[in-house]
Amino acid sequence: MNAVAAIVGRRPSVIPGFGITLGFALTYLSLIVLIPIAALILRTSSLTWEQFWAIATNERVVAALRVSFGASLIAAIINAFFGLIVAWVLVRYRFPGRRVLDAIVDLPFALPTAVAGIALTAIFAPTGWVGQFLDPLGIKVAYSVTGIVIALTFIGLPFVVRTLQPVIEEIDREVEEAAATLGANRRQAIARVILPTLLPPLLTGFVLALARAIGEYGSVIFIAGNLPYVTEIAPLLIVIRLEEFDYVGASAIASIMLAISFLMFLAINLIQAWARRRFGHV
Amino acid sequence: MSDLAAAVPARMSRQSPTTESRFTRGVLIGVAIFFLGLFLLFPLLVVFVEALRGGIGAYFAALKEPDTVSAIRLTLLVAAIAVPANLLFGLAASWAIAKYEFRGKALLITLIDLPFSVSPVISGLIYVILFGAQGYFGAWLQSYGIQIVFAVPGIVLATIFVTFPFVARELIPLMQEQGTQDEEAAISLGAGGFQTFWRVTLPNVKWGLMYGVLLCNARAMGEFGAVSVVSGHIRGQTNTMPLHIEILYNDYQWAAAFAVASLLALLALVTLIIKTILEWRFGEELASAGRQGDIR
Repeated sequence: MNAVAAIVGRRPSVIPGFGITLGFALTYLSLIVLIPIAALILRTSSLTWEQFWAIATNERVVAALRVSFGASLIAAIINAFFGLIVAWVLVRYRFPGRRVLDAIVDLPFALPTAVAGIALTAIFAPTGWVGQFLDPLGIKVAYSVTGIVIALTFIGLPFVVRTLQPVIEEIDREVEEAAATLGANRRQAIARVILPTLLPPLLTGFVLALARAIGEYGSVIFIAGNLPYVTEIAPLLIVIRLEEFDYVGASAIASIMLAISFLMFLAINLIQAWARRRFGHV
Repeated sequence: MSDLAAAVPARMSRQSPTTESRFTRGVLIGVAIFFLGLFLLFPLLVVFVEALRGGIGAYFAALKEPDTVSAIRLTLLVAAIAVPANLLFGLAASWAIAKYEFRGKALLITLIDLPFSVSPVISGLIYVILFGAQGYFGAWLQSYGIQIVFAVPGIVLATIFVTFPFVARELIPLMQEQGTQDEEAAISLGAGGFQTFWRVTLPNVKWGLMYGVLLCNARAMGEFGAVSVVSGHIRGQTNTMPLHIEILYNDYQWAAAFAVASLLALLALVTLIIKTILEWRFGEELASAGRQGDIR
């Protein structure tokens, strides 16, 4: 107990249990999270740089990363646009059913991805609920990149809304009144006063939705069609490599994706640091 | 859409300078309802309609299939192990982080959140690399006849990984907010460490704890990607409910797939309802970031 306390330089406290709780937490964290992720990186580092580069620039891998990244980007943009409207409406306006809508925003967190995947496919397949009307028009949603974008929009939906809501709630109405008394019309007040305040949380929500979408698997594979080079996402390619017992290939793609996640995490922290400096809040 | 605009009570007869015109409000509310309706309510409705398409008899018959029953049983078993394990971790981690000052605390909090930023597929892959036949410990485990990957232990591990942060990230800010005064008072009055935790700390965080456990459980029962990678997909043995849905769906047993899906959709609805009730009634006693508690 004193050993743990000495290592981390704990300040003295009368409350007992520091050694055992921190010891347990660190052991559990190491066994479940840190060691397995270290194993993944170790497995990848068994490759020479040339071998790794060959996997990373493999045509199919590049195509899969492009599909994942491109579809995620479009989905995140859709979510940023509609998420801003939804968050604004839920905070500022009063209308029947508002609380139900507010609660349902979290559905993508609660609904298993496989369930979302088959439901969206049942809607947008060529014989599906909506697909049967789109198919004669030549619009193919399921089994195309559009389908992937729809699934990724679903799973990323709560992020923008939930990051914006508390910030909109905190906007001081007096600032808007001040803008109005200084002669700004409503459009000017929104463009020059409100939107700049909402930019940091909007960006944060956008990156969160993007990060979540790039790694998403369950909801996409049902609706995507999974055609190599066309509608094959990067996480699926990892699964395929694993099924071929190509552990190193799978690890290499996974490491690229981990690096992308890390960059997103960095981006979020930079946005928040910038927001704190500029606006004094996150 | 004009009906919606009419449904908005006009707060003032004259246009207020700090809100939008009635028309704009109506349009925005309409857009929000359309977007949420299309992307959230519609798929939810489809699950139940497709599940009951063959009639109520066929619905229950599909749920009584032996493979379905064993998938339900496995899902319950996995959640019954993963959730308490992460609950124990969440309590230990938040106690250590909230009640003491030590170096590296910020890093520890960041690391606890790590599983949320990892793709579900990678969450499964890491255990295959460790325990798979060609993994680091694969040969060693095989010599003892222990199978982790493509068996139940692997499914449990992957589930623990993806649900790892839920309880901890709810409890840490909550316990930090509450400080250490209550505990210090209890100790100075002669209470023991465990007594203090049980009588003082736990009652203070019980709603936050429930909130975390609720979200942890929903994810544990619904996880697909991570579990899919480590499962091996043996019918009746290593198929959880989400994996069973995939198998039924790929077998063109649509009604049965949606029947199982409807159970998970019900679970999601119950989770959302309890979550909303907790937020309404005990919002103050949840973490200050309660609204965003489950983001990432």
